[in-house]
Amino acid sequence: MSRLGEPGREEVMAELGFPPNGAVKAVRKQGDVYVLDVTGEVDLNRSVLLRETLLTVLQQKPRTLVVNLSEVGFMDSSGLATLVEALQLSRRYGGKLKLVGVQQRVRSILEISRLDRIFEIYPTEAEALA
Amino acid sequence: MEVLGEQVEIRIAAHPAYLCVVRAAVRKLAEILGVAEETIDSVTLAMEEALANVIRHSYGGPCDRPIIVKVGRTALKEAAGVGLEVVIRDFGRAVDPATIKSRSLEDVRPGGLGVHIIHSVMDEVEYSCPLAGGMQLRMVKRIGQAPGDGVTRGGTCHGSANPGEKRLWRN
Repeated sequence: MSRLGEPGREEVMAELGFPPNGAVKAVRKQGDVYVLDVTGEVDLNRSVLLRETLLTVLQQKPRTLVVNLSEVGFMDSSGLATLVEALQLSRRYGGKLKLVGVQQRVRSILEISRLDRIFEIYPTEAEALA
Repeated sequence: MEVLGEQVEIRIAAHPAYLCVVRAAVRKLAEILGVAEETIDSVTLAMEEALANVIRHSYGGPCDRPIIVKVGRTALKEAAGVGLEVVIRDFGRAVDPATIKSRSLEDVRPGGLGVHIIHSVMDEVEYSCPLAGGMQLRMVKRIGQAPGDGVTRGGTCHGSANPGEKRLWRN
């Protein structure tokens, strides 16, 4: 499967009922695969926005949900908690949640918390969707 | 915000919206002091976790009550060397410092990782209950073996001056 965001892939954020917010730049969809483009610093203030978007997308029960963190330069434990919650929700109905583009600072907090063993992490979106 | 030589003192309301302000100010001060970037990353992460805990637990959620953050160079207490010290003072609910512990990481669930992260990335962590009420957290990240080591005022220090330093970020 090629990258979402190319012709034939839909930008579905408005369709899901909300505009881009401070934490999520876009939600893209092809079939039952969704990609969330997260942006900025995911701290206690902004993880609420990420959670809101993730929960809305997970209501669609995507087969695969790719969380693109390539534009996230900082994440704290509230951001981790949001991702863990989303992972658990997706597993509950048999879906997959994958992280891509994880920057070193974010990778480090995943490692400190030993969550790098729990998440499927891919260097790029193309590899996550291969 | 008050800047006193190599120290900065910031007073914010206990609201998550202001956390990015504190992170930016502390990062800039540490850069002026010549602290290595990976050390700055560790300190800002630990400070973020501590401030989030104050908002959530000491104050029970976002509110207008104050949090005071002081950052500056200091001598390490438990070993020779100097460090970047962060002191966080709140005036909320006090708890016995002995009860502040990290949870098991084997239990994969959302939340509860802040204390573990703080202890993982900082070299000294000390909670206390001031007589005036609230809580105080002092935490220090080593930046050098002796005064002057690991810091180059106005410059950038690459790598750690101390091979034993806890490292958060890999090169």
